[in-house]
Amino acid sequence: MDILVVGLNHKTAAIEIREKVAFDGPKLDAANKILKNSKAVKESIILSTCNRVEIYAGVNDANSGIEGIKDFISDFHKVPKDLLAKSLYIHKGYEAIRHMYRVASSLDSMVVGEPQILGQLKDAFDTALKNKTTGVILNKLMRKAVSVAKRIRTETGIAESAVSISFAAVELAKKIFDDLSSKAFMLIGAGEMAELAARHLINNGVKDVFVTNRTMSRAEELAHAFHGKAIPFDGFVQELLHTDIVICSTGAPDYILMKEQAHKTMKDRKQKPMFIIDISVPRNIDPRINDLDNVYLYDVDNLQGIVDSNIQVRSKEAEKAEEIVDEEIDSFLKWNASLSATPTILALRNMAEEIRKSELEKTLKKLGPMEEDRIKAIDNLTVSIVNKLIHPPTASLKSGEEDKEQMLDIVQKIFNLEIDSYNNDKT
Amino acid sequence: MQIEINVLLFELALTFYFIATIAGILEIFRGKKTSSRLALYLAATGFLFHTANIVVRYIEGGHIPVTNMHEATSFFSWCVLVLFFFHEFRYKLGLLSSFIMPIVFLLMFSSSIFPREIKVLSPVLQSYWFGIHVVLAFLGDAAFAMACGIGIMYLLQERYVKSKHLGGLFRKLPSLQVLDEINYHLITLGFPLLTFAMITGVIWANSAWGTYWRWDPKEVWSLITWLIYALVLHLRLTIGWRGKKAAILSIAGFVIVIFAFFGVTIILKGRHVFM
Repeated sequence: MDILVVGLNHKTAAIEIREKVAFDGPKLDAANKILKNSKAVKESIILSTCNRVEIYAGVNDANSGIEGIKDFISDFHKVPKDLLAKSLYIHKGYEAIRHMYRVASSLDSMVVGEPQILGQLKDAFDTALKNKTTGVILNKLMRKAVSVAKRIRTETGIAESAVSISFAAVELAKKIFDDLSSKAFMLIGAGEMAELAARHLINNGVKDVFVTNRTMSRAEELAHAFHGKAIPFDGFVQELLHTDIVICSTGAPDYILMKEQAHKTMKDRKQKPMFIIDISVPRNIDPRINDLDNVYLYDVDNLQGIVDSNIQVRSKEAEKAEEIVDEEIDSFLKWNASLSATPTILALRNMAEEIRKSELEKTLKKLGPMEEDRIKAIDNLTVSIVNKLIHPPTASLKSGEEDKEQMLDIVQKIFNLEIDSYNNDKT
Repeated sequence: MQIEINVLLFELALTFYFIATIAGILEIFRGKKTSSRLALYLAATGFLFHTANIVVRYIEGGHIPVTNMHEATSFFSWCVLVLFFFHEFRYKLGLLSSFIMPIVFLLMFSSSIFPREIKVLSPVLQSYWFGIHVVLAFLGDAAFAMACGIGIMYLLQERYVKSKHLGGLFRKLPSLQVLDEINYHLITLGFPLLTFAMITGVIWANSAWGTYWRWDPKEVWSLITWLIYALVLHLRLTIGWRGKKAAILSIAGFVIVIFAFFGVTIILKGRHVFM
């Protein structure tokens, strides 16, 4: 059986096409049911996320399988085939396995190392299992892909460091304060990036949330959204006494917090550390504040610098991950090769022959010296018993029936056969 | 025969501490994200030999083996390890072994330089105050040694966060708050131990020599150490000398401890000189 991937992702298809071919909601079950009845496709899994739509398939014949899947996508979504052709990528065998491993480990994602894709892939697999569209090959491949993704996550740092400004802010906060659950947080001003960062901090469990804004009604609005407390803008400096983390993003043309004020605040709070993030451009917090002990002031460029270097770290780690992927493909191919009929039949024959010989020898020893033709007769008897016994299984293994892979797998398991022939079908 | 056994145990402990130190230092440079516990296991193995060494010497000598520089320094590093294991299991601080094992090894190494014979305790020193005094004193010093190691870790991590270059050990080192809190706990542990060690020392001195305090160099330097750590605690509680300042003070304090321990005994002789 051949393994195929036919699909498109954020690199090959614009959002207009991706949304047209997405298998979202109830469409997914319906699509799975159609594929189950397809003649060209034996096994299938449909993965549909906002960045990619892919069909993993096990087929008997690669070419008719590819055509079958293309037809299916085009028919199902009523999208002309020539429009699809430009965006679709097709991988077979080795490359298909590699693709699946890379997708599962988030090496193929828009943001390398993002954690969601593995969950989405598991969901796709669950839906496939529910609809019984997979078989021994894809089941094995999928489990393998999940374990490869986990191995890469623990052995490399591809998912380790923050690659967005708001995550970088949370990561820093944790390296300053460790546990955020006893900390108070203040948002000064508003803005998309500031609110996103605020949300991340709140999700990480800060205790108190204060919101201030030149427009009090806006402060109250945001305070409501964040389950916090609105405080008047001209009182925020006093409130810093009880605040550990500050995110500032106002449209003010100059500094709203000077070094002298911060110095006094730090003295009053007995030098309890403060982490101040100034997202505003132009900056709103006097940069000299970073010179004070126990105050850590980051502006938007500092955070971006961290994000940039983290992205570099990730791409370096991704190289290590690619090596792991290659290693793991080999181990899957080994298993897959063992599923071709010849080595299994050979192993079965060898086993039977060994048993026959050793049993024959024992019997002949017990019987003592005998004439040559009698020995020959006993020998013939054992040969014909063994042949008759193993003929039906070998014949059906050879026949290339529907669920051949499953049969091979079972035969290997019940006879405890060790298949070491590894034919390089890296095509 | 027994002397040979205790020497063998000592050498084994020293060797394991050396390898653990190397493993701890390599851990700093290792690219892997997950920290290895190799240094910890090596240290634990060394610790078993070390404990056996102390027990053998205790049986042989009939008293806690701290009567010469070899024994005292070895016991000092044993106390540091006790606190190290406690903190390692309690807080699981990343890279702790990389910063503590070098201190342990250097102490053990200095111990190996001094003569090793087991001495009979002079009758004047034989008192149960002796055991209490030395155990308190060494545990206190060990807490200060730990505070010094943690202080170095704090200064490193503080530099990363302040300078905004989050490379190197940023991810492996614990957070600033945890390091600062543990540093504080260690000093609040070491300070009362040192205080009680001085009180029991004074009582013992009176029962042995009939005077409480004779301005012997060791006594003077202990007093200086005590004043420094009293100041560290005072500044922290009154004007918030925490974080970087506390870390620097705890490193400076330990330098004084080391001087009071080696310097005073070797350069300035007094009744604490182990003879």
